[in-house]
Amino acid sequence: MSSSASSQPVVHPAGSARLMWTALATVAVLTLLAYLVAFDQGAVSRSGMYLHELMHDGRHLLGVPCH
Amino acid sequence: MPLNTTAAPPFLAVLVRGLLAGLIAGLLAGAFAYVAGEPHVEAAIAIEEAATHAEPAAGAHDHEDALVGRSGQRGGLFLATGLFGAAMGGLLATAYVLLSRRRRGDDDGRSGLLLAGGALLGAVIVPFVKYPANPPAVGDPATINQRTVTYLLMVVLGLVAVWAGSLGYRSVGAQAPTWLRAAGATGGFLLVTAVSYVVMPSFQEVPADFPATLLWSFRLASLGTQVVLWTGIGLLFAALMHHERRRRAGTALPST
Repeated sequence: MSSSASSQPVVHPAGSARLMWTALATVAVLTLLAYLVAFDQGAVSRSGMYLHELMHDGRHLLGVPCH
Repeated sequence: MPLNTTAAPPFLAVLVRGLLAGLIAGLLAGAFAYVAGEPHVEAAIAIEEAATHAEPAAGAHDHEDALVGRSGQRGGLFLATGLFGAAMGGLLATAYVLLSRRRRGDDDGRSGLLLAGGALLGAVIVPFVKYPANPPAVGDPATINQRTVTYLLMVVLGLVAVWAGSLGYRSVGAQAPTWLRAAGATGGFLLVTAVSYVVMPSFQEVPADFPATLLWSFRLASLGTQVVLWTGIGLLFAALMHHERRRRAGTALPST
């Protein structure tokens, strides 16, 4: 971990508020992607159970509760 | 010439590197899972099908007239680990950028590795010890919603435990010897982990006649898959960011 007292914190050139919103949107999209792999049963992907079945082995071996 | 004079790279540059590192690490994890895990999945499905045929009403899902055949599911393994890896790499990159705002000077390459190590410990190992991965034929379909929610909660608690560890490390103070700071980190981490393990419910759903060796082998392969994933994400992301820093330092300071 980086040590505590930071004399000169690196200020992002993009600007604080804009970066926070971009980061938040990115987290939302990536969480949705992880959800599609790990938990979705057709409600989000609109593919019925096809994607769910296709990624069945991946879910088991990634350690996600499956059935 | 130290590289601490360069500006932080833009968010998109870091994100793309995180996604790429995650995708490659995910495919590597898929290859590991294919070799080390698939035989155990096959063996477990054979047990599941034997049980379903003996008592059709108890069958959770039938693998014979399934939407996707077994060879499709074996191939889908790579799709699952690749997409999951890309998502995790992108999340790691986002965390890296947000935390880098508090970092002093430029990154020496340790931050990405520490983040990946923290994620492996908090989001994989801590939940795995409480809720280990289950092969097909293990787990009661009636409790799947409960088990999913408690698993996700355990992932969050694991990450909180790692955060408590980093708090413990910093709270001891920079003047203290390393062993004392490490002890502070261990204390913070163990406190949250122990309380979570006690508070969270347990599920004992392994059928009495399920082979213990198969369960052990499957769980080891599953844990290995996640270890490959996060080790890969950490190393690849650190390597890509190192390359990016050198490129930026080269354009900013052409004299070096």
